Formats: sequence, structure tokens, C-alpha cells
Amino acid sequence: MGNPESQLNPEEGAMVEDIAAMLPAYEGRRGNLIPILQAIQERHSYLSGAAMKMVARHLGITPGEVYGVATFYNQFRFQPPGRHQIKVCLGTACHVAGGEIILENFERKLGIKDGETTPDREYSVERVVCVGCCALAPVAVLDDGVLGRMQPSKVEGIFVQFQVERQRQEREKAARESGEQEGD
Amino acid sequence: MNKKEIEARLASIHREAEGRAEHRKREGIPTIYIVMSTCGLASGAAETKHAFEEAVSHKGIRARIVPVGCLGHCYAEPLVVIDNPASGFPPICYHHVSAGRARVLVGSYLEEGDPVFEYVLGAMERTDLIPSVMDFPRFRLERRVVMEHCGRIDPDDIYQYIARGGYSALAGALASEPAEIIHRIEASGLRGRGGAGFPTGRKWRLARAAVTGGKIAICNADEGDPGAYVDRTILESNPHQLLEGLAICAYAVGANQAIVYVRAEYPLAVQTVKRAITSAKELSLLGFGILGTSFDLEVSLFQGSGAFVCGEETALIRSIEGRRGMPQHRPPYPVEKGLWGRPTVVNNVKTLSSLPAIVEKGGEWFRTIGTESSPGTAVFSVVGNVRHPGLVEIAMGTSLRTLIFDVCGGIPNNKAFKAVQIGGPSGGCLPERFLDTPIDFDSLRQAGAMMGSGGMVVMDEDACMVDVARYFLDFTQKESCGKCTFCRIGTSHLLNTLDRITKGNGREEDVELLETLGEDIKNGSLCGLGKTAPNPVLTSLRYFLDEYAAHIKEKRCPALKCRSLIAYYIDLEKCARGCEVCVGCCPVEAIFTTKGRKKGIDQKLCVKCGECLVACPREYDAVVRVSPPELAPVIERPPDEEKSAGGEG
Repeated sequence: MGNPESQLNPEEGAMVEDIAAMLPAYEGRRGNLIPILQAIQERHSYLSGAAMKMVARHLGITPGEVYGVATFYNQFRFQPPGRHQIKVCLGTACHVAGGEIILENFERKLGIKDGETTPDREYSVERVVCVGCCALAPVAVLDDGVLGRMQPSKVEGIFVQFQVERQRQEREKAARESGEQEGD
Repeated sequence: MNKKEIEARLASIHREAEGRAEHRKREGIPTIYIVMSTCGLASGAAETKHAFEEAVSHKGIRARIVPVGCLGHCYAEPLVVIDNPASGFPPICYHHVSAGRARVLVGSYLEEGDPVFEYVLGAMERTDLIPSVMDFPRFRLERRVVMEHCGRIDPDDIYQYIARGGYSALAGALASEPAEIIHRIEASGLRGRGGAGFPTGRKWRLARAAVTGGKIAICNADEGDPGAYVDRTILESNPHQLLEGLAICAYAVGANQAIVYVRAEYPLAVQTVKRAITSAKELSLLGFGILGTSFDLEVSLFQGSGAFVCGEETALIRSIEGRRGMPQHRPPYPVEKGLWGRPTVVNNVKTLSSLPAIVEKGGEWFRTIGTESSPGTAVFSVVGNVRHPGLVEIAMGTSLRTLIFDVCGGIPNNKAFKAVQIGGPSGGCLPERFLDTPIDFDSLRQAGAMMGSGGMVVMDEDACMVDVARYFLDFTQKESCGKCTFCRIGTSHLLNTLDRITKGNGREEDVELLETLGEDIKNGSLCGLGKTAPNPVLTSLRYFLDEYAAHIKEKRCPALKCRSLIAYYIDLEKCARGCEVCVGCCPVEAIFTTKGRKKGIDQKLCVKCGECLVACPREYDAVVRVSPPELAPVIERPPDEEKSAGGEG
């Protein structure tokens, strides 16, 4: 096994350091595999190859076994997600209420497919199977907020909102900067 | 440790709980209970709570704001109950309490004493002043055992559960012999609520008899059925009843270790259960020397990583061991050789939550509810095309008709009932003629559906049964762990065939293929996933064969749902000159202006999302959906339109 820390970009390097610091808190037994992977994803929002190799070393199993377990479960992600994560629910109630059409609208709007991230890493879209808000179908989850009774036209509204928010932030930033300059 | 000492221990905790409740009562200030489970939060309960907090502090009113779990009435969220003792009214339940309504309620009710009748759902008690919710069919026809305290207590405050008699069943159990508890559970006839309906008492007896030490009790809260959220709601609303049941189970089988296995996709439930375990430990209701006895129970929480197959007990055990969650051959059963090779008893959330009541009131009492072969209650999350979706707990033996039409208000929008899907990917769709079927393990199985984990999706005439079957196969095909060939390849073949049919490429022999392959998958699979995966296809073939025939022979979707088999067009007779509503809503700019400033749809660009149909003003009602798609008249895009559209692009 090669040294996982070699040839990493700064972002991945920081991730490796962080994981190295958190691993000793876990006893090196097999039963801790899934809790460790969950903790890593919780902090870094995905599992990189280097991360999985480190876990394997910690538990004394092969990286292949770690990868095998991680890919078995729906929870784990192997690519960094976007800053804004969009999850479209396709549980039974949402399917019957047209969840697929909602998903398609997000995909079309962002030009990416289910499971992908936009090139600027701003948004990622994925389908999830039931977030358990069936009475509000169709449902989408935007970051941590659940949006009930979705409609294709609401998709447009969400991005307009993001845009307005971004513009506001930029304006405020510009105002702050110019304010600072005046203050000088 | 004798019975008296255990009871004395609990009594002191109970006194503390009652003291706290009494203190709150004496204060006499209004209490605002806000439903803050996942459903409530999705409907904006957090904003509602914030608005209440701001409004009371702004107006300088003393009031207590208490977050509570789910009442089960998801259709009316955010729900709020206000107990304002000074007003003379009983506690009142309000529906759809937005932030704005919250501010109105503080001003009108808390300040001026006017309870704002237009927001009222009903009173929580029977009085002459306001009709009580207890008289609504929704409340009257329900029978709550598992969900008795859900939505009425703060899940994070253990004393509220104790004040309502919580943990007294555990104290009673600890004062009796384990064999006596098992006997009582056997007498009650309780069957596992995870779906299969195995007698709980028998499972425990086997686990008790196992000679190996280090036994483990597991609560299975890995609710994976896409369409059920019963377990999540119970965990979020009243985790202590579940923990009490788990402790009783562990004591009866002789386990000193317990694990609550919760889906990681339920973050609120995970946090609520974690806090509940801590607070129960602090009061010595879990942990070492429970209530002063020599019984120890170490309870931990494991987060399931989202694999449907892990609902199967052997797969669930594998995943706790840090492996791929693949089911194992039984025997040996987990009760003999389970987690880490030790005897393990796995019970569902609803099974465990039923236990405190049974232990306290006895098996005979439990048998007075429900039917001979399935005593007790059933909890369903009823969703889809019903007026009042939500969580419902009814006595077993209640008919589907009562549940769907009386308790949940029937089908909205003047549509006709078509089918009810019970049991999720393992269950089946039942048509109208089964509406009088009593809900119990055996009747549902006979009809071709399954109790499952409590998911129930009601479908109106607009649902396509072939599409629903395809949906479930898509799910099980992805979730098949791959161990058994029939399940791994068979489900994928079933899915391809159904895909073909819904796209209009079905073949005459497909129906027979689906039937024989479905039976083969059932016979050739090891675990419940494969054994039940073909059920959605087989039941829909049995009850809705005509829909399959229409798809295959006429290339037509009778419900106008399968998008390859439908088309939208605009009726020029009805379309209003100059109206642009549909143009604005079309996500792909497929709508153009044709002669006389009316609109047409470019079939090549149309993605059939149906937005224009929804958007077209009701007085025009000009958008028409047809199947097969050839029925749509051809409306040419005028050449200048084309040019300008091209020019813009």
C-alpha cells in the first residue's frame, strides 16, 4: 500500500490530517468500521480514497474491504458534493405525486445528472428514497431544509432565491469594502 | 431485591415527575405545545416556534413553549396546542399555524382571550365550549397503544413520560421472574410488527433458552420502506416507551446489552434517542443496577447506513459487525447465534413500544383489542391521495374502507379510488373490491399484500398500476444485495420488462414472463427481500391485468401517466387569445404562438411534465392530455416563430 498522504492537493491534505487526528479515538476493531466512515463523512461530506486507506490501516483490514463495505450502503459518497446539496425524494408517495419530474427539472436547470456536482461545485443533485415526509409529497431537501409540496415551477424560484441571496452578499461585501476604504 | 424496594425507587422518581407537573400547573401560565417532529419541521414548525417566542417576549406575556412529538395529523401541520388556563377554555388544537397565525394567536388569545375560532381544529378535552377533536372520526376511530403519548409529551423530558405512568411496567417486570414476563407476552398473542408477524413471545422463549452467555437485544428501527415513517415518528415523539420496552425484553431474555439500530437518514430520531438513553441512565432506569436491582443493561445506538436489506435481521447483524449487510442462512437463528456469535433477539420499534402496556395491563387486556389471530393495534402511515394523510393507529381487524374513507377522509378532488398499496416493496396493490378486508397479518397476506412496516399509499384513478409496479421493482432491483442469483438478475430482468411495457415496447408474451419469473424469484431467494420483491408485479397482474393489456396491445396508458405513451396538446377552440400563462411555466420553451395569438406545443421539445396543464386557467382548461400520443393533433409552428425562436437561441 502506497503512502496515502503523498500527492494530495491542500484540501485533501487537510482532510487526511484531520482523519489522522480523529482515528485514535476509535478502537481498532471491525465493528467500528461503519461508525468511523460515518464520522468521516459527517466532517468532510465524502469519503476519499486516501481516507478509506487510512481507515483500512487503522482497522487492520484491506482497503478493498473498506471500499466493499462503503459502496454497499447508500449513505456513503465518494465525490465531494456541491456547497448546496439538493436531494429529491423518490419515495412511493413522491413518485406517485410526480417526484421524477421535479428531479428532471433540477437536472435540466443545472445541466447535471442525478448523483453529479456542477463544475463550480456550487450544487449537487441526488435522488433519495424517502425522507419520511410522505404527507407533503412531492418533497425535495435543500441542504437541511425540507421543501414540501414541490412543483416544477418552484424549482425556478429556488434558484432565483439563491441568485438574489448571492447578489445581496456581493453587494454587502462591496459596500463593506468601500466603507472600509472611506474609513481609511 | 424485592418488589417493594423496586416500587419505592420508582415511586420517588414518579413523585419528582408529579412535583414538576404540579409546579407547572400551579404557575397557571399558558403553555404552547408545538409539534416539532420531522413532518412539522418540514411544514415550518421552526418558524412558528420562533414567531411564538418573539411575540410573547415582545408583548411581555409569560408563557411556556414546549416542543412535542407528532400527533399523527400530518395534513394539518404545523399543529399547535395552546393550554391557556386563565381563559376558561380547555386546551385547544390549532391547525396550519404559520408564523403569521402564531403572532395572531398570541395577540388575540393570550392577550385578549379570544381563541380565534377560524384557526381551531378542536378542543383537546370534551366541553360545551368548543367541539372536541375526540369526536372527530380521526380520533374516535383510532385506538392508541403504541402512540398513546405521542404528541402529548416533550420527548426530551423523561419526567413527562414518567408522570404519565412511564417506566412503571419496567419496575413491575423487574419484580417478577423473566419466565413470567415471557408467559405474559405469549398470552397476549403479540406478533412482531416488523412485517412478518412472528409471535414475539416464542422468539423470546427461544432466546431465553439459549445457553451461550452475553445475550444481546436489538431494536430494529431501520425503516427502509419508501413510504413508511411510522418508526421514525415513534422514535422522535416518545423514545422512552421504546426504551422501556427494550429493557423489558432484555430482562426477559437475559440480555445485558442492547442496541437501537436507527437509520442515519433520520438525524432527529438519532439525536432524540441518544438524549433519551442518557436521561434514562441518569435516573438509573437503564445502565448499571436498574432501579437498584442487580440487572444491568448497557444501551447503545447504531446508525444504519441506508440499505433496505438491513431490515432483515441477519443482514442487520452483519452491518453492525462492520460488513456488507447480506442476509445469512437460517438456521442458526439469531436467537441462538447472532451478533458476534451471541444469542440475539431482534424486535421492531412498534413491537417494543407495545410491551409496557401489555406487561402492565396483562395479555388478556391486549387480546380485547384486535382480532383472534392478530391481537393489538396496527400503526400505518397513510399517504398518497387521501384528504387527511398522516399516522394512524387502529385496532387490528378494522377494514381498509374505514381506515381510508372514515379515518383519513377519503379521496380528494372528486376522484375515484383505484388501489391501495400496502407493505411497500414487499407488499401489493389491492383494488376496490378488497376495501372490506380486515387489516390483520393473515387477511392481508391472503389478499396478496402484506402488513409490512406500516406504509400505506392510497392511489386515485390517475395512478398507473404498471408504473407503480415498475417503481417498486426499480427500488428492489437497486436494493438487492446480490447474494442470490434469482433476486440479483431476476429483479433486473423484471424491471427491464416493465420498463419496456411502460415505454410502449411491450410484447404479447411479457405478461406470462412476468408471472413465471416472479414465482421463480420468490422460490429462489434466501431472504424476505427476494421472496417478496415480485409481489407488487404479481398483485397488479392479478388485479389490473387490463392495464397491462392496454400498455402492451394498444400502446396506451389508461391513467395517462406513462410519459412515453402520452402527449399534451392545446385545444385551439378553448385557448384564450393572447394568454401567455403556459408559455411562462414551460421549462423547455416548447410552447409557441400560432395563428390568432393562440398557443401550440412543440411535441419534439415537450418533456411532458404537465406544468402547462396545471397552469392553464381553469376557465379556459385548454391543455389536453391524451394516450396514445398519436391522438394529439399536429399544430405546426409558424415559420416566423421558428425563425425568431432560432434567432434567440
